[in-house]
Amino acid sequence: MESTYIKAINSALHEEMRRDENVFVMGEDVAELGGAFKATEGLLEAFGEERVIDTPISEALIVGAGIGAAVLGMRPVVEMQFADFISCAFDQIVNMAATLRYRHGGKASCPLVIRAPSGAGVHGALFHSQNPEAWFTRVPGLKVVAPATAYDAKGILKSAIRDGNPIVYFEHKRLYRSIKEDLPEGDFTVPIGVAELRKEGADLSVITYGGTLGQCIDAARIVEKEDGLSVEVLDLRTLLPLDRDAILATARKTGKVLIVHEDRLTGGIGGEVSAIITENAFEYLDGPVRRVAALDAHVAFSPPLEEFILPNTNKIVDAIRSLAAY
Amino acid sequence: MPEPTAVRGSAELAPKLEHELQLYYWMKLIRAFEERVSRLHRQNKILGGVYSGAGQEAIVTGICAPLEPGDFVAPIHRDMGVFIMRGVEPGRLMAQLMGKETGLSRGKDSFLHGGDLEHLVFGSTSMLGSSLPVAVGAALKFRMKKEKNVAVAFFGEGAASRGDVHEAMNFAGVHKLAVLFVCENNRYAYSTPLEKQMAIENVADRAPAYGFKGYVCSGNDLLAVLELSERVIARVRGGEGPALIECKTYRYRGHSEHDAALYRDKEELIEWQSRDPIPRFEYYLEKKGHDIKRIREQVDERTRDEVQQAVDFAESSPLPEPQEALEDIYAPSGAPTSGNPSTNGAR
Repeated sequence: MESTYIKAINSALHEEMRRDENVFVMGEDVAELGGAFKATEGLLEAFGEERVIDTPISEALIVGAGIGAAVLGMRPVVEMQFADFISCAFDQIVNMAATLRYRHGGKASCPLVIRAPSGAGVHGALFHSQNPEAWFTRVPGLKVVAPATAYDAKGILKSAIRDGNPIVYFEHKRLYRSIKEDLPEGDFTVPIGVAELRKEGADLSVITYGGTLGQCIDAARIVEKEDGLSVEVLDLRTLLPLDRDAILATARKTGKVLIVHEDRLTGGIGGEVSAIITENAFEYLDGPVRRVAALDAHVAFSPPLEEFILPNTNKIVDAIRSLAAY
Repeated sequence: MPEPTAVRGSAELAPKLEHELQLYYWMKLIRAFEERVSRLHRQNKILGGVYSGAGQEAIVTGICAPLEPGDFVAPIHRDMGVFIMRGVEPGRLMAQLMGKETGLSRGKDSFLHGGDLEHLVFGSTSMLGSSLPVAVGAALKFRMKKEKNVAVAFFGEGAASRGDVHEAMNFAGVHKLAVLFVCENNRYAYSTPLEKQMAIENVADRAPAYGFKGYVCSGNDLLAVLELSERVIARVRGGEGPALIECKTYRYRGHSEHDAALYRDKEELIEWQSRDPIPRFEYYLEKKGHDIKRIREQVDERTRDEVQQAVDFAESSPLPEPQEALEDIYAPSGAPTSGNPSTNGAR
């Protein structure tokens, strides 16, 4: 059945709520409106207001109450209306949820999913475009995922709901309706912590996730056609914990690695991936590990500014060519 | 009343006095435990921050006494008594303070950051007030599962200034959840006095703005706290929505053991010590015709033994192995969250 990325998220929620009565959703405008992006559409009608809860503008409460319900055996899926707003719940996520099991001596779990619509390219400007995943990828106790396809959006969300840990689920807004795939009928899951090789290649590896996967594949096809380069594309899918084996396997195979993400360069996950490669596969490298990421600016509004800041297919093509020529 | 496992010492005491003497015993045990903790800290046997609740025992005792086993409690850093009253072994608490393997967090954190969900005591963090949204979530679960339980969240008047507290109360009010918010107003947030924390007289005055009732009582008067908590908890449990009880009190020691609290007036401390909840309750018992001298001796002996047992247990417990620092970070992948308790009232 053909599904958009947002529809995949929506059907994962429907199916999981049907499968497990402990699953419920909570967030701003998730009930009658069906969510600002319609991710929770139809849930209120199907499951009632006890399990589909509109909240006030209170991100700390949304996450905190999710934690309270989760430790008593519920499986809350809470929504940050925009990933940008997750900063308001930072303490609840980082200090409360992430440390919960540790400070309870392993005798408690926090099976909480925090959905965060992230990313730019929809003219959202400074406060509706951010990619805040890196803030969370250095927090033990959390898992951080960022699906790039409709299949993964559904399969990873289902895995996240069934996981026993707090998980921040970054869904890229630009993908919501721009990509469509045939999804299998019935239940399927995608494992958390496992990267996926999207395209095999021999000359160079591109490692990416989330909103930039499509751009990377487009770029790979362009250089394949125009330059005869064989490019491998690895989709991380999970940012914490990273699939170190898959990262090192592709680096060792091609010897040249370009890391691409829409989050800004400084302190982004690309730096960590680069360090993993140089620490563990240096002798396999035929060139420096390079990165294409958003420039170190806020995501500006006016189109020429936003385009200048963000990665795109052309920038990735240029970077591939430069690295291939090294 | 908590289940028999949570009741210690009552067997030796006159059966007809059981309830009131149980309360007295609890206050005395909490005081004895905390005084010993302060002493151990001075002896360098406990490292890290130690936050004594000495002087505030009547609050924890009065609030927790009417609770049921399936109720959820989120204490804060001066609420050692919550753990004791909910049935957590004092030895495990002492082991927690000493960073031992047998402590609630198995050495991962100190003091009250170790929770015990088997007894439905939720471990706090140092971000004061952040447990209130969590307690609201527990109450949300009770609502969804149609359980007649209550979630209790303690906080100080200092934490009352935080946004999390407002967010939690607002949501609880909107959804009329079974949450009891308990403010332990001890007049100081570390060194900052009440006048610099809020422009109104009572934290409880804010409750009507959230759509529920706020109550003020003397936190040094066990009977006052208890009378109020029994009544209010029954209403909260009965579905009448959340409530806020503010208990006016005073901490005897500094913010933590390394704080000499020189910012306070000595006379203020002396004045509050004259309102100590323990002699006050003893006076009540005596007025009722009980032999308080005999009871005190009996209880003192028992609490001294119990605290000593706790210290012995903690001191003889092993420290964790270094590599255990990497345990308990994640729940096993894909495993059900079986570590979490069911609160169907059958515990």
